[in-house]
Amino acid sequence: MSDTLTIALSKGRIFKETLPLLAHAGIVPKDDPEKSRKLILDTNHEKVKLVIIRASDVPTYVEYGAADLGVAGKDVLLEHGGEGLYEPLDLNIARCKLMVAGPKGEAEPVGRMKIATKFVNSTRRYYARMGKQVEIIKLYGSMELAPLVGLADRIVDLVDTGNTLKANGLEPLEHIADISSRLVVNKASMKMKHDTVQGFIDRIAEAVEKH
Amino acid sequence: MQNDRWLLPEGIEEVLPPRAEQMETTLRRLLDLLKGWGYELVMPPFIEYLESLLTGTGNDLDLQTFKLTDQLTGRLMGVRSDMTPQVARIDAHCLKRDLPTRLCYMGTVLRTLPPTHGGNRSPMQVGAELYGHAGVESDLEVLRLMVRTLHTAGIEHVYLDIGHVGIFRGLAHQANLDSETEARLFDALQRKAKPEIATLLAERDLPKGLHTMLERLADLHGDRSVLEKAASILAEADEPVHQALDNLRQIAEVAVALPGTSVHFDLAELRGYHYHTGVVFAAFVPGQGQAIAQGGRYDEIGKVFGQARPATGFSTDLKTVLSLSTAKSPEVRGIFAPCDGDAALVEAIDALREAGERVIQALPGQQGGAVEMGCDRELVLQSGGWQTVAVHK
Repeated sequence: MSDTLTIALSKGRIFKETLPLLAHAGIVPKDDPEKSRKLILDTNHEKVKLVIIRASDVPTYVEYGAADLGVAGKDVLLEHGGEGLYEPLDLNIARCKLMVAGPKGEAEPVGRMKIATKFVNSTRRYYARMGKQVEIIKLYGSMELAPLVGLADRIVDLVDTGNTLKANGLEPLEHIADISSRLVVNKASMKMKHDTVQGFIDRIAEAVEKH
Repeated sequence: MQNDRWLLPEGIEEVLPPRAEQMETTLRRLLDLLKGWGYELVMPPFIEYLESLLTGTGNDLDLQTFKLTDQLTGRLMGVRSDMTPQVARIDAHCLKRDLPTRLCYMGTVLRTLPPTHGGNRSPMQVGAELYGHAGVESDLEVLRLMVRTLHTAGIEHVYLDIGHVGIFRGLAHQANLDSETEARLFDALQRKAKPEIATLLAERDLPKGLHTMLERLADLHGDRSVLEKAASILAEADEPVHQALDNLRQIAEVAVALPGTSVHFDLAELRGYHYHTGVVFAAFVPGQGQAIAQGGRYDEIGKVFGQARPATGFSTDLKTVLSLSTAKSPEVRGIFAPCDGDAALVEAIDALREAGERVIQALPGQQGGAVEMGCDRELVLQSGGWQTVAVHK
């Protein structure tokens, strides 16, 4: 590799599931982000660095060129807008669904529904498409609580196994989008470091095929 | 709330010394450059009726334009967010020449949305447009001028990105895509979102050849060899697509030989797709995630103003360019002079200023001396006459 590459990743599931893909591309981090407090991780390649940031910040870092590439959930990209980025590859990892959920067995309330969610833009777009006027309440976490305490009628959230919903007396109601993680690329990096970036994308694509 | 009276709106900035002078000096140099290439300066108004500002560029500028009501007529006015449509109107409606017309402009534009987070909403736009010639020669002139402009403003190495809207447009037309599918495909192509492109195309019942061509378009980027690859992948495309490729090949020939540049081709890059009609290009530099200058061909834009003419041009934001410039600002020099009524002193100061020197007079009781006032010499009375002597720092 002739150019430097900075790759933005978030801790947790995305990091864990991206590691084998990176390994296929010959990139192995020297530190474990769960143990180290470092935000920039060196790898076995002198010119490849990983930056560990919040999942929702990945598109921002990559769009403005602070990182050349990144791994971001489609949920984050839908929310961010994503026009300023390339997203050439579906990594097929961290799969889940963006769904509407509500109290089990209850009929849809009459009138304007209150929807609690972290995904304000996606929720607004979804209900606009359904032709429904709703009120959106932005929350940062523990969405499942909102219907239980009367803060909202429905929630829009990521659903994986559905166990958290079940444990709180909720059920998934409507499917909004299938979510998986995407490889995102800074537009300028793609143009200025084309061979390095494209080479990396090709190897990751191979790894995805094999998985 | 009393304490934030100094606060400027987001994305609105003032230019302070020494940057303001650097900007002005660069502007002067650029004016000379553009004049040397035969581009005549025009000064479009800062504000005008909205219809005129938004014509030809459609939705692209609508959201970007600040709007207000003209109290005299009740009509909506807009503050220019891009000077290109204004200059196109000047060519088509005011000048109405049949000759090739070369126009350049520089001025502040205002945008409702910053281009990046924390970005500037009042760029200093500098640009040049060439009307009245449809051939590749005028595209090349403008491309070369864009590179020269950036070099003059202190950008040493420019990464060029070149594409052609005729390729996607030709394929979309050949595939008879309805406008909604075309818009969705366009959106996915801009993000090179290959999984989405595949899903979109699978929903349509397209002939296999067309399907493959539209699908592979997102892969057609890289060095010059991409054009050869495109020729074989797009072999079954209609004539306009091949014309576009020919056009790109001719441009590539010259572009790859331009000094101080690296060239990248991207056939799915459709910047300004709604009004561009031919080749599109942009300039990038390391460390900057977005293009610092862009341009391309936009024939027919003058039609609504009375004269449809081929047109090609480029523009850049001088504020961004100068923030990336590697040119050193010249050392500050000056002569510190006393302030009294001596006629000989006044004469000496006038003579120095006439000769282009910067002379600062000490005000009685002021703080700081020659060095603090940014002067490297002093005017002193020596052996009966006013002499400049060096100041020791």
